[in-house]
Amino acid sequence: MPSKVEGWKSETYGNEVRDRLLEFAEEGWDSIPEDEHDAWFERFKWWGLYHQRKGQESYFMMRIGTPNGVLKPGQLEVVADVADEYARGPVDNPEFGAAVCDWTTRQSIQLHWIKLEDIPEIWEQLESVGLSTQQACGDSWRNIVGCPVAGKDTNEFIDAWPVAEELNERFKGNEEHTNLPRKWKVSVTGCSEGCGQGDINDLAFEPATKELGGEEVKGFNVRVGGGLARKEPRLSRSIDVFVTPDEAADVAAACSALFREHGDREDRFNARIKFLIDEWGTEKFRRVLDEEFVDGELKTAGEDLRDQYTYNAGHGEHGDHVGVHEQPDGNYYVGLSVLVGRMGAEDTRELAHLADEYGSGEVRITQRQNLIVTDIPEEDLDAFLDEPLLEEYSPDPHPFMRGSIACTGTEYCSLSIVETKNRMVRYARWLKNNVEVPSGVEDFHIHLSGCTASCAQPQIADISLRGMKTRKDGEPVEAFDVGLGGGLGENPQFADWVEMRVAADEIPGYVENLLAVYEQRREEGESFREFIARHEEDDLTGLAEPEETTYEDPYMHNTKMTWYPYADEDDMSASPAPTDGQGQSLTSDD
Amino acid sequence: MVTSIHQLDDGAWVSVNDSREVNVSDLWLLARSDVCACEPSDFLAEGFVEVSAAHGRVEGRIAGQCIACGESGVTGWLELGRADPETGTFRPVVPESTHVPDRRRRLARPAATEELRQ
Repeated sequence: MPSKVEGWKSETYGNEVRDRLLEFAEEGWDSIPEDEHDAWFERFKWWGLYHQRKGQESYFMMRIGTPNGVLKPGQLEVVADVADEYARGPVDNPEFGAAVCDWTTRQSIQLHWIKLEDIPEIWEQLESVGLSTQQACGDSWRNIVGCPVAGKDTNEFIDAWPVAEELNERFKGNEEHTNLPRKWKVSVTGCSEGCGQGDINDLAFEPATKELGGEEVKGFNVRVGGGLARKEPRLSRSIDVFVTPDEAADVAAACSALFREHGDREDRFNARIKFLIDEWGTEKFRRVLDEEFVDGELKTAGEDLRDQYTYNAGHGEHGDHVGVHEQPDGNYYVGLSVLVGRMGAEDTRELAHLADEYGSGEVRITQRQNLIVTDIPEEDLDAFLDEPLLEEYSPDPHPFMRGSIACTGTEYCSLSIVETKNRMVRYARWLKNNVEVPSGVEDFHIHLSGCTASCAQPQIADISLRGMKTRKDGEPVEAFDVGLGGGLGENPQFADWVEMRVAADEIPGYVENLLAVYEQRREEGESFREFIARHEEDDLTGLAEPEETTYEDPYMHNTKMTWYPYADEDDMSASPAPTDGQGQSLTSDD
Repeated sequence: MVTSIHQLDDGAWVSVNDSREVNVSDLWLLARSDVCACEPSDFLAEGFVEVSAAHGRVEGRIAGQCIACGESGVTGWLELGRADPETGTFRPVVPESTHVPDRRRRLARPAATEELRQ
């Protein structure tokens, strides 16, 4: 029996949702029939709109998909304008103020507090410069990710940007691939460093060579079934297939069609392709793909470059794209650290102006929630680096500021157990001010995720934090499970979960103690990840003690029980939601 | 009237009559459970796996973890609250009160809607 969501999707889904959504927007929030709320909110996701959590009814998170994280000249300023005008809620965030843009771990953009009535105007503005919210959420081809400097990287093996663009053009709005059993996340990597994070995507194209007709041809090996969610993390698995760049879209279509036909539509918890690969194995997947979904015969895998992967590999060479880097054309790209990926609309607009003034106007989003300004001539580099905005968003940040990632959390998200972004900001600042960085460490990854959905990709960090609860002095408080030693590279490794249910205010002390142990006991030249890998899992538990310190945490209470954790009157009953198009509270019949 | 229930957004919450009523992240006090040996179990709700409704009584099975012993698992059926058959108004139970999961297996299915006309 198909799930309820499948029933709603079979009635209306995909492109056709847009017209209905525009009608609702025209007529106002109240025009959505109350007994159809769940069905419509599920469908709206396909157009990048996610209804915010309980207490914030009538407000939406809007996600804008930017393939490979590329914001073409002119686009970032429009994003800033839209955020400034429309992404304003009833109460400001105490760390970030009002109207912010979130850069996500899948190279997309998220805006919050979007009102239904404003969506037509927002779409008009975004689409006027080629931006789209289509398929940013929902059971569809999501934003395609890759090495954020594709086409501008001196370590590039093959330019993946045209492939990512082709996939985006072919599968956005494509009726044959509109209604998949679940989300479908695709990565295309062209560099020799593994920056596309193909290991954690449903479908991954990774650089490879193969001898064809006596010639060495550059292309991609195909892997399937990676993902981190629901305490069921999987690395993508090779299906022994090589494609040339020209063939990539056809094979991607075949994989997507196989998923459409064979993915589990009865149990959404079992629907991702990783579970089909678990059930079938890669040999059967390849055989069915070859026999039923591909014209012609699939090529066997080529020689991959995985032994060269340095990105997030734990050796410290290439943890991210922050800093000043030369492009093949002699210009430079500058990667800027954006703490927890959140930037105010004014700063976003200023950065767009700087990108115009010093570079080509292009800006790129990384999978570490940071931004890159590209195409800066060498002679303009110093002036760009002297810009005041770069004091806040630094190309040479402190290691704890540089490596911090956090998901959305209970501020807006239904799934999260704990507050995330503001807490991670406070953690990073406290660590910067109080903890000595072990010698040689320039980039230390702490990923904080509010729940098991793993949007902050906690399993591939030096220190992984996953939202939890515990009791302290008998009272329930927000807490974290702590994992250590995750990362990618030639031998990707998910973190071992070693300390469970640590109260949130004892995490900074734990990190301080852990880094002191690392500094004392590490061997010559041993990276943190190597140090952790040298220990048995049992020995990692108790390696350092959680401890209260001078760090103060204002979010220890159950932030999920509030309508907005930072409101003075935060009780659920004080919520102004739902509101009308002007933000005025609507009278409820309840 | 129709009692319509769904678990949505990866089981993050339970909708009763198209209104978000029961969330993850609460601690449920379970007198006993199949998840662990603790009596009571201090159980963190991380996701709603199945939901059902009969005569206005809304029930669910919850995936989560006992924060006393750390054991993870899925509970038996727990009453989440009651929907008034006349008005549809939902009155949730108090998670911190003591609950006893029911091991029986009803004919429920994931994300099911059980419609009962009074």
